[in-house]
Amino acid sequence: MTEKEALFSYCLRLGDDALIHSYRLSEWCRNAPMLEEDLALTNFALDLTGRARALLTYAGEIEGKGRTEDDLAYRREERHYFNNLICELPKGDFATTIVRLLFTATQEHLFYSELTHSQDGTLAAIAAKTVKEAQYHMVHASDWVRRLGLGTEESHERLERAIDELCPYTGEMFETDKVVAVLQDKNIAVDNAAIRSNWKTYIEDILREVGVMVPGSQHMQTGGRKGIHTEYMGHILTEMQYLQRTYPDATW
Amino acid sequence: MATDSQLEIWEVFMQSKSGANYIHAGSVHASDKRMALQNARDTYTRRGEGTSIWVVPATAIVASDPNDSEMLFDPANDKIYRMPTFYTMPEGAKAI
Repeated sequence: MTEKEALFSYCLRLGDDALIHSYRLSEWCRNAPMLEEDLALTNFALDLTGRARALLTYAGEIEGKGRTEDDLAYRREERHYFNNLICELPKGDFATTIVRLLFTATQEHLFYSELTHSQDGTLAAIAAKTVKEAQYHMVHASDWVRRLGLGTEESHERLERAIDELCPYTGEMFETDKVVAVLQDKNIAVDNAAIRSNWKTYIEDILREVGVMVPGSQHMQTGGRKGIHTEYMGHILTEMQYLQRTYPDATW
Repeated sequence: MATDSQLEIWEVFMQSKSGANYIHAGSVHASDKRMALQNARDTYTRRGEGTSIWVVPATAIVASDPNDSEMLFDPANDKIYRMPTFYTMPEGAKAI
């Protein structure tokens, strides 16, 4: 694998994480429990869309075949998307959305802080912008986890259920493979495994605060980085790609 | 209509740039200080409108009674000598 191929994959992975999670967050538009939270979640969706645009545009440039951000976002087959599975799981209830945001934003805050030191100038610049957004998402999600965990019996129960459901999908965020190894050699990529313990500490501290059992080590789901998805991915793409598939090259 | 599900009202004041006055931007619902700040941030600063926010529980604001407005405000109407319009503007002063 050449450095160029690895970098292309790396950008697609990070771009797809943002694109697909953004899609899930945007499903809260006009559905959130209150107007202010509706705005917050859709704001986050827009943050992630912005990140996806930057990363997919850059991926297209690296590939050098003239593919634009739109080509990459809307014209790929399911097996050519490389997001972590946690991003594509159904939006679920509010607790599920908040726990997913807590898990991913905490990882992203650690990850993009490291990526600001990347030898790749474009990735470092994207990371510098992203790290602030991820930090805010993390704080927002953390506060909601506290409110749900210390709220009513039902909110506590829903929080616990969401944590149990999503925990098996957190292992993927710290996986490493050839793509990462090739780029780590050049000081371009982040050492995914190295940020895991900080992530775990942060999550465990919050969960302990609200009296939720921290799930022990367990079997972790995997496949996203290889393009192997859950049953939900196809449904997302059906809706997301509809316009470009029906009216190719449509413009405003 | 379940009004009790909408949480407390907080008034939002925003500063557009450092040193400027805080101006009332609107209000948000929130259950606590942190949520009030975050909701104000997400509702009123999405297009770069502010650099600093105050949130105040609406119940903490003491408002004048409209019935008292004659007593409170009319006496100022005919006190033109309280206006600074009799001074000559110093040359070069821009911020007065």
